[in-house]
Amino acid sequence: MNLKYMYSLLAVIVLFLVSYILAGTGMAFKVLFGIILPYAALLTFIIGFISRIRNWARSAVPFRITTTCGQQKSLPWIKPNAIDNPFSKGAVVIRMFLEIVLFRSLFRNTRLKMKAGPKITYNLEIFLWVGALAFHYAFLTVLLRHLRFFTEPVPILVQLLETVDSFFRIEILYDINQFGLPGVYISGLVLLAAVTYLFLRRVFIPNVKYISLAADFFPLFLIFGIAFTGILMRYVTKIDVVAAKELTMGLVSFHPTIPEGLASIFYVHIFFVSILLVYFPFSKLMHIGGIFFSPTRNMTADTRATRHINPWNYPVHVHTYEEYEDEFREKMVEAGLPVVKQPVETPPEETEKKE
Amino acid sequence: MSEKKWIIAGVVIFVTVVAFPFWFNLGKAAPAPELELTEKAKELNHGKCVMPTDYMQSEHMQLLDLWRHSVVRNAKRTFVNSSGQEFNMSLSNTCLECHSNKAEFCDRCHDYASVRPYCWDCHIDTPKETE
Repeated sequence: MNLKYMYSLLAVIVLFLVSYILAGTGMAFKVLFGIILPYAALLTFIIGFISRIRNWARSAVPFRITTTCGQQKSLPWIKPNAIDNPFSKGAVVIRMFLEIVLFRSLFRNTRLKMKAGPKITYNLEIFLWVGALAFHYAFLTVLLRHLRFFTEPVPILVQLLETVDSFFRIEILYDINQFGLPGVYISGLVLLAAVTYLFLRRVFIPNVKYISLAADFFPLFLIFGIAFTGILMRYVTKIDVVAAKELTMGLVSFHPTIPEGLASIFYVHIFFVSILLVYFPFSKLMHIGGIFFSPTRNMTADTRATRHINPWNYPVHVHTYEEYEDEFREKMVEAGLPVVKQPVETPPEETEKKE
Repeated sequence: MSEKKWIIAGVVIFVTVVAFPFWFNLGKAAPAPELELTEKAKELNHGKCVMPTDYMQSEHMQLLDLWRHSVVRNAKRTFVNSSGQEFNMSLSNTCLECHSNKAEFCDRCHDYASVRPYCWDCHIDTPKETE
């Protein structure tokens, strides 16, 4: 057993139980989980997010430390790699965009292996890249889909996304069992599978396990909890969707209400989301903002062409050689040391000027 | 500084995106839909549906799916509810018999929750099935 993930798992289980039990006890806790905490969480999220960004924006970048994965632009007959070694601002934007939408740096992941010989091989290891892509895009889809609870009328693009997401009409139907009539959204299942994979990889790959901390496991368990309660509400213990939307619409129109007949599991779901929002600005999840502030990615690699001035450089008072000689000229001449500028008292020998 | 300009632009975009539901719904009243029951729905079977209202609100789609399976696969058309009453498993003849006002009953919630059930791909508003 590993304490790092046991603590995180326990924390999420305790949060689940606490919110599940308390939401069932009475109106006061429903108001807490359904109104007060979501507002407080959103406020914490926005203020925390901006203050983190402010902090990064104020940090000096003393060195030009662009990570490069290709030939820098140098001599005209050497072919440069424009994107992987960005020389211009435009190339930086392209590289950043591709990093954000395609996670190219994860695609470069390799695994070292010793083979008989002994021979070292570096194999392309794309599962982290695949898992991360699946996770992030599934999460984005789920997030955008939830706009149906926060907008009235629901924008046509959200409806379109729902239609595409429920394209595979998965139905499992027996005489007593039914699954799949509120159309199955593939994104929810992909999210759950991806987050499970990302967790298992931290447990089963020894060197990844070694560097994994509680702060790596907690968000995974929390997002697992969010996806799990969401799927549970949609396909298993169904909740009254209209009542759920009444609550969420109340939140966004600043007329919060607690509708009748919402099951406790709904409050658990919304509590988990609130926890995620609060946790976000203080955690590694801030990589959504941090990617833009990574000096290794947001700087141009043009160090051979332009000098990077360290912003920490303050005006230093330097004692130049000229000033030094002015100060000690007489003593230098006395000691027989050569001086650049001859003293004025002794006129130089080469007074005759050639015409 | 030119960086400051970009950072402020980024923060403005972030806040705008996060606050999307707030400004999108600004000044729009969106009350929860009120359902209208027809006279027939109020009278027939003492104003009771085939199952309790709570159950119907959240799980009617499940019930309809099971009905369809029972009728189409097993040719069994009789539904017995928890209090022993028997009903004909038919969307058009049983459900829409009382709830003949699809626009005021079915559609209001479906539109509100942005649900587009494919029931209506085949079943039209108030037909009479011929058996």
